[in-house]
Amino acid sequence: MEKKSLRTAYGESLVELGQSDANIVVLEADLGKSTMSCLFKDVYPERYFEMGIAEQSMASTAAGLALAGKIPFYSTFAVFAFGRAYDQIRCGIAIPGANVKICGSSCGFSDFGDGKTHQSIEDANVMRMIPNMVVLNPCDAVETRKMMRAMVAHQGPVYIRINRNDLPVYTPEAGEYRIGKMSRIVAGDDVVIFATGSMVWKSAEAAELLKAEGISAEVINVSTLKPLEKSEILTYIAGKKAIVTAEEATKLGGLGSAIAEQLIGEVDLPFVRVGIEDEFGTSAHSYAELLETFGLTERHIAAAVKTALKVK
Amino acid sequence: MENQALIKQLQATAVQLRCDVLEMIGVGKAGHWGGSASLAETMAVLYFHAMRVDRKNPKNPERDRFLLSKGHAALIQYAALCELGFFPREELQKVKSLHGLLQGHPDLTVPGIEAVTGSLGQGLSLGVGMALALRLDKSASRVYVVMGDGEQSEGQLWEAAMAAVNFKLDNLTAFLDWNKIQATGRTADVFAIPALDQKWKAFGWEVISIDGHDIGHILAAVDQAKAVKGKPTLVILDTVKGKGVSFAENTPAYHNGTFDEAKYAQAMAELEAQKAALEAEKEMI
Repeated sequence: MEKKSLRTAYGESLVELGQSDANIVVLEADLGKSTMSCLFKDVYPERYFEMGIAEQSMASTAAGLALAGKIPFYSTFAVFAFGRAYDQIRCGIAIPGANVKICGSSCGFSDFGDGKTHQSIEDANVMRMIPNMVVLNPCDAVETRKMMRAMVAHQGPVYIRINRNDLPVYTPEAGEYRIGKMSRIVAGDDVVIFATGSMVWKSAEAAELLKAEGISAEVINVSTLKPLEKSEILTYIAGKKAIVTAEEATKLGGLGSAIAEQLIGEVDLPFVRVGIEDEFGTSAHSYAELLETFGLTERHIAAAVKTALKVK
Repeated sequence: MENQALIKQLQATAVQLRCDVLEMIGVGKAGHWGGSASLAETMAVLYFHAMRVDRKNPKNPERDRFLLSKGHAALIQYAALCELGFFPREELQKVKSLHGLLQGHPDLTVPGIEAVTGSLGQGLSLGVGMALALRLDKSASRVYVVMGDGEQSEGQLWEAAMAAVNFKLDNLTAFLDWNKIQATGRTADVFAIPALDQKWKAFGWEVISIDGHDIGHILAAVDQAKAVKGKPTLVILDTVKGKGVSFAENTPAYHNGTFDEAKYAQAMAELEAQKAALEAEKEMI
């Protein structure tokens, strides 16, 4: 399957959106060539603000721009975008509901070589906890483009986490993205796998493996981590015998937790989560090595499904 | 207005703002008297003379923007907004109460408040963002940010200081309320930051140091800042924390202090006496 860059989709979308809306401005902290916000700089230099390596200043400056009527997007590596500027996001952006769009780029293990300090395993989980914040995690470049339009249409703060590596395209070109809406990637009857970001790809591959063993797994793309619509979850678990979740993030407070929160008292089904245990990452020579080491491959997801269904 | 008359009027306004702050703190409740009182003259100049504000349309795009980075001094800003008619006077009594409008720190829910501040060190960055937006819009509006001196230890503030210079923001004027006392004591003892004026100059700012209780000085500094091109201006206000109430002046306990009935009465009497003295002087002009 053809792989495409989510980062390029981000940068190109900024340019496209910036063309139709002069209020869109972009801030960056010296990583524009990684996040691809540099594409916007080339076309609209007067609306591009290089903030230096100063993420706190960047977050609050974005808030100031938003409160003065602009639609600022700021981007840098996910660890810094959310973590270095946490209180600036909380006080300056989330409390007033400022119309700031935050892009946490190179999320999860996708910055494989840089190790623990640069691998963001908790960004979306933490952002979920902040009132007023919408949290998005696209599974491919096509979805990223659609999300960018939805982010501009949405009045208020949004956090989007984007992988550094190219990912296979699973979502269709047609149609618009609606915040909160889930989508079916693979249809199936026995078990539902709720996956987000890169794990949509791995879950789709897991469904293939399971099919060979006679297990019919449905894969649902949960690209809006917040707000999580309970009705959507209930729709997809109807008739299934088990629930599995898959995320390239710590299990604490992420997609699996969020779905479990919604289902407390609602259903009595086996529930298994695939995600990163309560630990930091490590440097590796490839992204694939890390997915293998931390239990995030199609085999791990297929095994989780079998555990949930109690089959060997 | 003739300058002397304007100065007298703004002096009276400053005293009235202090009265409002004292009224909000009331008897037996803690409130940030010290850092509110030290700003009374600056607030009088900015809100009642220098800034374009619009109480009927608080979001009027042509207004100037004011940000209180030292958000704990919200009471002095509430006093100014109330005197200008941004919200009814009854709200002053309900400050920090469950069903009141006025939060403990500045909040966008209050008409006339431009941003959420109070987590220290963030106001100047917010101001940089607004100044950039206004410049993109080719607006004549200016941004005014008031910082504390204790707050100067926040690293983000220096990020913003660099950003404002990098972007050549001459539509941004910052004030530093150098009242020399912070939450747990005298700033020189708690966390000494020597030569603040030199630091700001070294960061590339135009720096003006004045007596922060001298209306004439503040008026002149605001005008001087407007004339500076290609860089932002910092006005360092040499102030007395708790100014206007003798026993609370330069007293760390009144950073966030409580007035008992006797102290409250004495404080109000002192402020009323200042008002009366200014009235008498006005008649003599």
